[in-house]
Formats: sequence, C-alpha cells, structure tokens
Amino acid sequence: MQKIYDDADAALDGLLKNDMLIASGGFGLCGIPELLLAAIERSKVTGLTFASNNAGVDDFGIGILLASKQVKKMMSSYVGENAEFMRQFLENELEVEFNPQGTLAERMRAGGAGIAGFYTKTGVGTQIAEGKETKEFDGETYVLERGIKADLAIVKAWKADETGNLVFRKTARNFNVPAAMCGKTCVVEVEEIVPTGSLDPDHIHLPGVFVHRLIKGTHEKRIEKTTTRKKEDA
Amino acid sequence: MPWEREQMAERAAQELEDGTYVNLGIGIPTLVANYIGDKDITLQSENGMLGMGPFPYEGEEDPDLINAGKQTITELDRTVYFDSATSFAMIRGGKIACAILGAMEVAENGDLANWMIPGKLVKGMGGAMDLVAGVQKVVVVMDHQNKKGDSKLLKECSLPLTGTGVVNRIITNLGVLDVVEGGLKIVETAPGVTEDQIREATEATVVN
Repeated sequence: MQKIYDDADAALDGLLKNDMLIASGGFGLCGIPELLLAAIERSKVTGLTFASNNAGVDDFGIGILLASKQVKKMMSSYVGENAEFMRQFLENELEVEFNPQGTLAERMRAGGAGIAGFYTKTGVGTQIAEGKETKEFDGETYVLERGIKADLAIVKAWKADETGNLVFRKTARNFNVPAAMCGKTCVVEVEEIVPTGSLDPDHIHLPGVFVHRLIKGTHEKRIEKTTTRKKEDA
Repeated sequence: MPWEREQMAERAAQELEDGTYVNLGIGIPTLVANYIGDKDITLQSENGMLGMGPFPYEGEEDPDLINAGKQTITELDRTVYFDSATSFAMIRGGKIACAILGAMEVAENGDLANWMIPGKLVKGMGGAMDLVAGVQKVVVVMDHQNKKGDSKLLKECSLPLTGTGVVNRIITNLGVLDVVEGGLKIVETAPGVTEDQIREATEATVVN
C-alpha cells in the first residue's frame, strides 16, 4: 500500500482531465488544500467544475484557478469574498449552482456513502427546490437532493499515518471529510506524516480507506478575517 | 426611543434558554453572545464547532480556528469539533434549540427572505436555509423598516425565500412580535414606542 507521493504535482499525475468534477475541502480559506490547488493551476487543465463551499479569495485557494480561467462551474453555498469571481459570474463567464451549505455537505457525504439521493426539508418552497421532486413524509414536505460523486477529491488534513488514516485540526476539518468521501480518487495534503501505529486508532477522524494518495507539505494557512480582543478587555 | 443595535441584541439574548445549544447568525445576531450573562449556553458554529469562545488576543490567532463568518475565534473547555456533514446533521435534525438570524423581509405567515436581491450581487445562502428548516425556534433580529420607511414585515415577501413558515419571533428596533395564526402579534414594545406606532410601521396583519 504505497500512498505517499513526493509533492502535489506527482500526486495529481494522471488524475487531471479537462471538464472534470473536483470536490474540494475547506471553509473560506480554513483547511483548503492549497498545495493541490496550486498544482492544478500549474497543470493548465480547464473546464473544471468545483464542488466547494466557497471560492477562495482573488489570489488564494480556488481564486487562483478563477484568475487563470480554469473553472467552468462552482457548486457552492457562499461565494462573496472574491472580486474576480464576481466579475466572471456577472458577465456569465462562470456558472454557479448555489447549494444550501448542509445540503452540499450531505450531497458529498451521500455520494461517497453509496446513497444516490436523499430527502431534506432544507430549501422546500424556495427557488432551490424548483424542478426537483418533492415528497410528503409524516405530513411534511421534503425535497430530493442527489448525492455528488466527484472524479477527484482534494483534501487538507493535519496529520496522516503512512496508510492514510487522517487527523484534522480544529475547524479545518469542515468539508474535508465529506469531500474526501465523494471522490473516485482522493488526494490528501497534510502537515505531517507520522509512522503507522503512532496514531491512536480511536482518535482518527477519517479512515485511510477513503484516501488514495498523500503528500506532506508546507502550508501558508492564510487567515481571511483576523479578529482579536485586547488583553485589557479580559 | 426605539432600540439601537446593541439593545436589540440584548433583548434577543433573553430568548435563549438555559442549558441549550444555539446558533447565532452574522451581524446583530453575533452581538447576542455579549449578553448571554450567567446562562449556560453552548454556541454552535456551522463550519464545525460547538462551544465557540471569544475572539483571540492579538498574536494568538489560529488559522485553523474560525467561525462561520470566517473570523478568528477561540475554544472553550467544552469545545468539540466535527465535519460539515455532522454539523448540519445536528442543525437539520433539530438538536439546536434556537437560531438567531438577520432578515431582509419577513411575512405574516413566517416566511423569511434573507439571502438574495434579484439583480444585485448574489453571494449565496450559506447555512441559512438548513438552519431555518431544522432548528426548533427561529428568532429574527431586524430593522422594522427600510431606509425609505417601508415596512420589512410584510403580508408576503417580495424577495426570494430562505424558508416558508419558519420564523417564530421577530425582534425589531420597535418591539417584539410573534408569528401566530392569522398574522403577527405584538408581545413587547421598545421603551416609548406604542403598539399603534408598531401597527403603523407594519404592513403585515397585526392581530390582537
């Protein structure tokens, strides 16, 4: 079981194709697979569809792929923080499919869990439900949402062992777990690879069965909005 | 005197029941955290955290620790982290007792519009549609009227909806109204504001 690759370019070798669907972890800039996104930019593949909660900022995260016009469509819940995104969106260069955040997460989880679709109350009676099948259960209306199966999942975790068992750190876990699950191939970047056997099996967040390729790298981990309090406020 | 932002947040904090899990939206709802007082409240952040703490001290920001507004925050002794699918399982599954959210429009039947204005920049609904569909009680904090003086409490929403029949209570700068059978019911007025003033400022049906 050899999952460890030298760097992001090597880990993505043979996996990238024009017009593919990529699921990406991260929330805002927190826990995004920044090294793999940079490698996708270098690869020059185009026509990409991203299932990703957000679209990064102008010069970081998925934003770099918007700047290089490699993205055709975003499946996201919130996309406000990116001027180039807004320009392409308003000029119809970029397609956006808005998904309620929990629906997007569950679509990924379901797609990865062998569940083709599920019924949810989220979005019933709104434009999100237009054109989708609805059904009554116990007197309440639910809307059918489809699972997402991505051609590729790109994920950022904190630590991995050599078999790809993953541990995330704080709120950087977010969409990384459901994104990893829904990828036909899942490539993960971590800050540290530890020897197999050194992680407590009870403290692993995502089993390595969901992980196919693994790299260790140095992360910038940019903060989107720094908010602090002064010591004297305490 | 109508309530100011901080006073609306302080009033909204009274809605939180001791010993519950609560989600606060962006804007005035975020300020509600400052008025929880002695109540045992656990704040949920839908990006994957229960037990949200205050902003960090300068120099102690952690890029791996943010809230749903992408602001740097801190953890508490009770804090637990989880993935986005688990986060919305507890939201959709009704485990969160209350959500306090902002709004652009509310209708007398409890319809809520707070995510898009057609023709203007659309950023997305984030977790708002899941929250209003799933949490036990939805409290909206909003100005009673827009800058032109038009009511934002309407017979029917004109903007695209976030959810239908989801709002339980509305806290505005003028007072507190509940969504009840047949319309909105005034349950409290801001100091110096009369029920007649609220009726005049409200397009929605106000029932007795």
